[in-house]
Amino acid sequence: MASVTLEKLNKVFGNTQIIKDVDLTIGDGEFVVFVGPSGCGKSTLLRLIAGLESITDGELSIGERVVNDLPPRERGVGMVFQSYALYPHMTVYDNMAFGLKLAKADDQTVEQRVMETARTLQLETLLERKPKELSGGQRQRVAMGRAMARNPQILLFDEPLSNLDASLRVQMRNEIAQLHHRRGSTVVYVTHDQVEAMTLADKIVVLRDGRIEQVGSPQTLYQRPATRFVAGFIGSPTMNFLPAELCDASPDGCRVAVAGVGELDLHQDAGETSGQRLTLGIRPEHLRLDAAEGDNRFTIVNVEYLGNEVYVYLEPREGDTLLIHRSEAPSDWQVGQDVALHVDVEHAHLFDASDRALTIATQRHAA
Amino acid sequence: MNRTVLRLLKRLGFYALIAVVLFYAIFPFYYAVVTSLKPSSELFRVDFWPSSFDLVNYARILGEKSFVRAILNSILVSFSVVFIALLLGLTASYALGRVRFRGRTSVLLIILGVSMFPQVAVLSGLFEVIRVLDLYNNPAGLVLSYTIFTLPFTVWVLTTFMRQLPQELEEAAIMDGATPWITITRVFLPLMWPAMATTGLLAFIAAWNEFLFALTFTLTDDQRTVPVAIALISGGSQHELPWGPIMAASVTVTVPLVVLVMIFQRRIVSGLTAGAVKG
Repeated sequence: MASVTLEKLNKVFGNTQIIKDVDLTIGDGEFVVFVGPSGCGKSTLLRLIAGLESITDGELSIGERVVNDLPPRERGVGMVFQSYALYPHMTVYDNMAFGLKLAKADDQTVEQRVMETARTLQLETLLERKPKELSGGQRQRVAMGRAMARNPQILLFDEPLSNLDASLRVQMRNEIAQLHHRRGSTVVYVTHDQVEAMTLADKIVVLRDGRIEQVGSPQTLYQRPATRFVAGFIGSPTMNFLPAELCDASPDGCRVAVAGVGELDLHQDAGETSGQRLTLGIRPEHLRLDAAEGDNRFTIVNVEYLGNEVYVYLEPREGDTLLIHRSEAPSDWQVGQDVALHVDVEHAHLFDASDRALTIATQRHAA
Repeated sequence: MNRTVLRLLKRLGFYALIAVVLFYAIFPFYYAVVTSLKPSSELFRVDFWPSSFDLVNYARILGEKSFVRAILNSILVSFSVVFIALLLGLTASYALGRVRFRGRTSVLLIILGVSMFPQVAVLSGLFEVIRVLDLYNNPAGLVLSYTIFTLPFTVWVLTTFMRQLPQELEEAAIMDGATPWITITRVFLPLMWPAMATTGLLAFIAAWNEFLFALTFTLTDDQRTVPVAIALISGGSQHELPWGPIMAASVTVTVPLVVLVMIFQRRIVSGLTAGAVKG
């Protein structure tokens, strides 16, 4: 087991800079998830750690060693690919034994390691099969087995679940989580699915355009997103964003005006300049609906019933992203109805003109 | 009623066309077989059906030491060409299909360009090369010259095939600690059998049937290959062309090819269509 340290890591392909000055520390035994929209560089970052891409600039260390110039096999990493990339002509056993044999392990060690891995992954009965005779979930497990067989210090996963159907994905997600608990190895996991990120990670790294947007535990990212991008990316359905104007600011909080909703007293420290253009962020479950009154009037355009909960979509005052309200089922709201919005100010987020989150004032005083 | 007739006619036309194609393709070979089985007295009577079953022509050519020697030479040369072409083709296709380097496309085009020259154009140049290398009247000279003409095709087909193998498979091998050579031999090679069979067989056929170089670069009977040996089979006098033995010899050397094609035919089809559809 080992930690991974990235220092000012850069990657340039031709004229495009894919990874820009990434600093990150991954602790020993941590489960770290890289998440972000497609093209944000998360896979490239993983491949830099794996050694499949060369590092343009910066320093990558695994444990105490700087591994910039080491080939993958000397870095002590194992990787699970999105398409599994099992060797089609080899049996499950040979797939898992291939790396060990290349490392010149003696026959007994090879067999012992493979059987041990197969037991962990419940593959013992499948050892003589070829990959084409396996189901998607089984292939996935073999791919993990192959990565684990050489007992790498660090396991890398590149969107491993995206080829599976929804129910299998949930099952494999659980298996990966359990596996991590049992083995306690360091894991770096890439996904674009924020549910996978939230459920699996000890630490989530949100990437955007080759830069780290925020690093933190799932709770931190959900409850205290540092930027509007993270706030919108984490959580489903996504956070509602409403344009707001700063009316008054004091050291203990501020007062903002939101078109339609009215004036709200928030705990955020908004600085001095009143009249600033801000953005109010509020999660769907922190909105309350009531009968329309005065100017606070939003039209319901759609109601989605999901069994245990109900999403109510509302026509926004500005822009064309619908506002979402989430509540427990059952609900009486009907399409076409006009309703008033009430914001739970304890859970509201405020973003400044450059989309940075404003900190809670009292918190800052306490610190 | 009308529709049934129309369908019947269509079906009939379809099979008629097949028959024409089959006849067109097979008749020359069939006629060679029929002729080879006739005694020389009946040679110039036109028979479309086998009128006799006389193996005297076969006995004659197989009894001739130079012809047997020519067959052995052909086998040696053809298998060497196939082996060298596949070995070089496989390694070259890895470089051209998998390794990113400047000028990769130009290299591929030059390789393709080489194969476009007619044999006669390079004949004199190649003759000099063979003289310098001291390979004149030596099967090795033929192996060298045939390889020049089979390699471009081999490299192109194998490169195309190699490019279709998923990138992640190679990366998985790299993660497992495989060097390029191990990746080629233990991961790619087993997956490329269809393509290898196709290109290998076509290289074999080309080498087996080649005439011009074989005629030019060999001098003595015991160094000749089959096509030249057949052409030089002579009769009792210079005015007699011994058609019977020639036909018997032709049939004899065609049989190995037919057998090889039969063995590999499924591979060939899957090799030629590989990547056309997913699956």
